[in-house]
Amino acid sequence: MSNCTERLYNGIIKENPTFVLMLGMCPTLAVTTSAVNGLGMGLSTTVVLVLSNMLISMLRKIIPDSLRIPAFIVVVASFVTIVQFLLQGFVPSLYASLGLYIPLIVVNCIILGRAESYASKNPVLPSIFDGIGMGLGFTAGLTCIGVVRELIGAGAVFGFQVLPIADISTGQAGYVPVTIFILAPGAFLVLAGLTALQNRFKRSAAKKGKKVPESAGCGEGCASCGNSACSGKVFPTGNEKE
Amino acid sequence: MSENKLKISSSPHIRSKTTSGNIMLMVVIALLPAAAFGVYNFKLPALIMLISTTVSAVLTEYIYEKLMHKRITIGDFSAAVTGLLLGLNMPPTAPWWMGALGSVFGILIVKQLFGGLGQNIMNPALGARCFLLISFTGQMTTFIYDGVSGPTPLALLKSGKAVDTMDMLIGTVPGVIGETSVIAIIIGAIFLILTGVIDLRIPGTYIVTFVIFIGIFGHVQNPAVGYFDPQYITAHLCGGGLMLGAWFMATDYVTSPITKKGQYVYGALIGILTGLFRLFGGSAEGVSYAIIISNLLVPLIEKVTLPKPFGKGGEK
Repeated sequence: MSNCTERLYNGIIKENPTFVLMLGMCPTLAVTTSAVNGLGMGLSTTVVLVLSNMLISMLRKIIPDSLRIPAFIVVVASFVTIVQFLLQGFVPSLYASLGLYIPLIVVNCIILGRAESYASKNPVLPSIFDGIGMGLGFTAGLTCIGVVRELIGAGAVFGFQVLPIADISTGQAGYVPVTIFILAPGAFLVLAGLTALQNRFKRSAAKKGKKVPESAGCGEGCASCGNSACSGKVFPTGNEKE
Repeated sequence: MSENKLKISSSPHIRSKTTSGNIMLMVVIALLPAAAFGVYNFKLPALIMLISTTVSAVLTEYIYEKLMHKRITIGDFSAAVTGLLLGLNMPPTAPWWMGALGSVFGILIVKQLFGGLGQNIMNPALGARCFLLISFTGQMTTFIYDGVSGPTPLALLKSGKAVDTMDMLIGTVPGVIGETSVIAIIIGAIFLILTGVIDLRIPGTYIVTFVIFIGIFGHVQNPAVGYFDPQYITAHLCGGGLMLGAWFMATDYVTSPITKKGQYVYGALIGILTGLFRLFGGSAEGVSYAIIISNLLVPLIEKVTLPKPFGKGGEK
């Protein structure tokens, strides 16, 4: 079971897909205009991630190596279709605001990446927990970005107007929203800012002697890994520069 | 012994007394006529805005460098120039904190995060202006002059109305603080050219390209305008931020090419983009976006126009 909790920790903190692995940037930048959108997108991805990790892990001995990518895509796409119909049926407003990005979960690189690097090589239970961890990490990342963008760009959090908006026509004083933050440039600014912030916390934690655990569970060539924070520190690739 | 007077050293053998600080101080002085006219034209709000942007730009630079344990570089006036330029690019009716926020953005994100003076990828003042323009479109494009909210000369041109070029030359028209008076800007520009801080390559190419573009495509905006209509071209030259942009922002050392050929390409590019944005774009003005986009293309322009060392690339 310790393996499972380790997977959770790995997904949410150590290899957070948004702030550490920098995966799934397309939905991260596009749908985080509000906290609700970020949360909805994160949770939808989590559901797909858990289910696809589970099924792919079950099928890992059946899927031939040369056909694994098409097989993964079929599995992921089936689950995405289910999630899409569920969202359309039960939360139509969220479905409308996420729009095209729901079907695009199929090609989300976190899901394919976890299938390829973890679920297809490991037993079912750890794979499920890996999916939960990664999914929650992604959800947390997206929600954080969404909260900051919504707060600065619209003066609200989860749709609640926490800062009263100024009204120029009546001369009423209040918060003037910085609209750029709910537009595309704001996504980059907030993502960069939050990534810098979490790097700072990790670094000061490492300085205080709390050892930040290095990536485990990769156990293969770093070329296909994509964990830029690791870059061959755990398993030297032999071709890194001096 | 005469031999002792011979000093042997490696290059550079000619040293200039010019420093970044000197040059930036020259730019500040050159901006003063435009700033003074802006304050005369728009009264107290303009003065408050200029002070707010300049002080917050210098303060931001100081605090950032203090916190990051870097060398304090506010003595080279570059932050002051950024702040002053941003202030001159603000409408006088905008609240002062908006200018301060723009200064913080320009210095912190556009300049310091990229490595400080000499490393910024775009003009910090213009980056800040565009940040504010996107964020607070309403306040940034509302111009009140003499107590009356009215369109700028460029907006009038865009809607096909007549403008008074004499007023635009002197500057008694609505607009941002520093752009209205062409004469005040030209005085500063002449000072910069005479002191050798800038040369005519970039602004000259910019203005000539722009005139050609507007001359050919002017009828797109207003069908009544013929090819190379002098009245129409003069109005476009004197209107908006073109003069301020051409002489003070396009010529920024950090964000313009260092190769001579590159400077011509860069100037022409800004000219074409400004014309495109003004004639075919949604808003009446486009100088700041034109300069910023060209700023981003500078590394590419420099790469293409790199001069060949003597003897290279001849006939094979």
